[in-house]
Amino acid sequence: MRSSALKHIRVVFSVIVLFALALLFLDFRGLVPVKAFGPLLYLQFVPSFLKFAIAGVAAATGFMVVILITVITGRTYCSFLCPLGILQDVISRVGGTFKRRFRKYGFKKPYTVVRYFILAMTAGIMLLGGAYVLTILDPYSTFGRFMTYFGKPALIFLNNQVAAILGEFDIYTVYKVDIKTYKLAAYAVPVSFVLLVGILSFRYGRLYCNTVCPVGTFLGLLSKVSLFRIKFDESACTRCGRCAAACKSSCIDFLHRHVDITRCVNCFNCLDACSEKAMGYGLVRLKKPEAPAEPDASRRQFIAGSLLFLAGTSQFVGGQNKTAPVPTKDSTVREDRLYPVSPPGSTGLGKYTDRCTACSLCVSACPTSVLQPSVSEFGFAGIMQPRMDFHSGFCNYECTICTDICPTGAIMPLILEAKKLTQIGKAVFIKDNCIVKTEKTACGACSEHCPTKACSMIPYEGTLVIPEVIDDICIGCGACEYACPTRPYRAIFVDGNPNHEAAKKPEIKALQVTTEDFPF
Amino acid sequence: MYFARSLKWGNSKYKEGMKRRQFLRNSVGAGLAAGTFMSLGRYEKALAGTPLPAAASYDLIAVKGGEPAAMFDIGIQAMGGMGSFVSKGQKVVIKPNIGWDVVPEKGGNTNPALVKRVIEHCLKAGAKEVYVFDNTCDNWIRCYKNSGIEQAAKDAGAKIVPANSESYYQEISIPNGKKLTKAKVHELILSSDVFINVPILKHHSSAKMTGALKNMMGVVWDRGFWHRNDLNQCIADYALFSKKPQLNVMDAYNVMMRNGPRGVSKDDLSLMQSLLLSTDWVAIDAAGAKMMGLEPSQINYLPIAAGMGLGKIDLATMNIHRIKM
Repeated sequence: MRSSALKHIRVVFSVIVLFALALLFLDFRGLVPVKAFGPLLYLQFVPSFLKFAIAGVAAATGFMVVILITVITGRTYCSFLCPLGILQDVISRVGGTFKRRFRKYGFKKPYTVVRYFILAMTAGIMLLGGAYVLTILDPYSTFGRFMTYFGKPALIFLNNQVAAILGEFDIYTVYKVDIKTYKLAAYAVPVSFVLLVGILSFRYGRLYCNTVCPVGTFLGLLSKVSLFRIKFDESACTRCGRCAAACKSSCIDFLHRHVDITRCVNCFNCLDACSEKAMGYGLVRLKKPEAPAEPDASRRQFIAGSLLFLAGTSQFVGGQNKTAPVPTKDSTVREDRLYPVSPPGSTGLGKYTDRCTACSLCVSACPTSVLQPSVSEFGFAGIMQPRMDFHSGFCNYECTICTDICPTGAIMPLILEAKKLTQIGKAVFIKDNCIVKTEKTACGACSEHCPTKACSMIPYEGTLVIPEVIDDICIGCGACEYACPTRPYRAIFVDGNPNHEAAKKPEIKALQVTTEDFPF
Repeated sequence: MYFARSLKWGNSKYKEGMKRRQFLRNSVGAGLAAGTFMSLGRYEKALAGTPLPAAASYDLIAVKGGEPAAMFDIGIQAMGGMGSFVSKGQKVVIKPNIGWDVVPEKGGNTNPALVKRVIEHCLKAGAKEVYVFDNTCDNWIRCYKNSGIEQAAKDAGAKIVPANSESYYQEISIPNGKKLTKAKVHELILSSDVFINVPILKHHSSAKMTGALKNMMGVVWDRGFWHRNDLNQCIADYALFSKKPQLNVMDAYNVMMRNGPRGVSKDDLSLMQSLLLSTDWVAIDAAGAKMMGLEPSQINYLPIAAGMGLGKIDLATMNIHRIKM
């Protein structure tokens, strides 16, 4: 097929995909049910692969579909389905308008060592059971972080401007929403990648996809056997070079009439650029199998090195300071958390940190602000993986959104009744910080918010009542910690369960009902 | 330190917002505003010169044995009708308790059927607009929706208003407050002509009972301050603020007797099928305490509020109109 229609189809299709996936993250009013995005999430390569490989979910076969598409058609995924790839095309396009003449990409050699090194490193660490290189490099997750940490705040900012004006006329259909912000350090990863992806795509098209992205490199290897490819009609080609100039991947060597299939992302710009109609996309007969990627020594060294690295970082994951809180007369006893808290459905810290790619979809969809990107709480390797931060919010008792939408299986689905009995941590009361003890005044904000009354108020001095925690009915939702008004340290906090446990149901006694006359 | 806290979006934007607000009021809204201020509502009321009818002599009206809406119909009639409180063209704000993301059967929030009926009476009395809001404890969107109050308010013709952002609040001062001398109050409390407080009677883990006075923790932005600085004193102090509810309507239909204010199960509830109405929020809370099986003096903020002259606490000396349906 030599028509430029293919390019136009690609543009329309990819723009729709980009809008849909952006909406998934940006929809701060929950206008579209998250389940509507199922098919698009299903086809995201890394989340689907993780869900399948680690969680063993039969339904998570999307990555197989992508592999099939790649083996037949080449890296169609990169131009049609990958949100980060499409976003880069948009940025490249903008970059192009800054040049007076049509931007010329031209043929460039691939950074073979770099790209295979990154792929090997990612795969190697995956084999050792760590997903954390994928966490940083997965294109879908990178896109998710862009949307969550930059796109959504920007959109809410605009919304609030509109809401402020409408509010003047008592119109509240557009309402103000407080912009979620996160620890400064949590921005390190997304900011770096915005710069890296932004600059590379602005100036060099798909260089990021063909150098850094492990998914791009992996699909590039697969596409070496693809049936459909870009090909030259040697009788019509005049070697004018327009195709190479239009190629965002810089993979067309027009002088030798050769396309580097490992880098071609099927954007079809070359078909559109060729005035002789000498470029086509169609079935090719495989001439000779191309040489497989050379195994390089550095990759092996890296895998060995990463073993040591893993051994080192694993200490971060489980063990922080393990000393119990030491009460002093000072009313500022530090909340001494032994374990960070992972969301319900994640079953425990180990599994969670292995499976999560920090795409931040749960952070974005959480109706409270309880899910926050971690900095060092899960260890250095777990940077950006969302944790339950009860200073920012608390887990809504009636909500299971994060368990419903997680595309990687890091947070597995829980029905509401099961979630209400999933103990992700336990509340710990620090009496020496409590207002009731230090100020001798009533408070009870913790108990007020507690959905199971694991935190109840028992008699203290005079008419005062003071909190008491019943461990086995506590589910670790953190409402008590969030509501506790003491600063800088709370008088009640949730310590994570490294492996989630089952909470007991609150015991319910019959109520003595008295409904006679008015008691006054 | 959290980025969020150092940024203080709310604060800086609040001031900017005020300037813009002022500008808009002065320019775009000027014509409209002039029209409404001169509307017939106040004029008519002045002409009619309705002194509060017989109802004014009652300190408290207690209704029992009906459904929430029907009890309100009878109760408000005994108060002289909603026309005693709302005049034509007025802007009314209704403050139910919508604190929790629970369904109506759990008794954690004001009964939606009651809220709906109160709104209908206001509109019938000629209210120009009726607004409903609460600064919720759980996520506000879920609370508004699952409490049934958002739908009830919309069905009745009121506007349900967000209270989730600090920029909706304006600072007021309470000169005589002992602990609470200033607070940030929702703008609708300040800009409305009539304020109707529609709490639900419930057990409360630390304050022992929540009703009319404690319901005000949902019109301010920073509840944490109250908890840090002598909760009971702050609850009473707030009642000193000049913008008081003209009418208190207490839902005591299905009363949470324990595990409050959120409730753990339906077994925490006692079906009392009652409704209290009063212009005196200390009096209505005192009656609520009795219904919870407590003495008013046991609800620590009530003696404080009564001591500051904010209302009657002694039920024996009150003029109570009891209605059984």
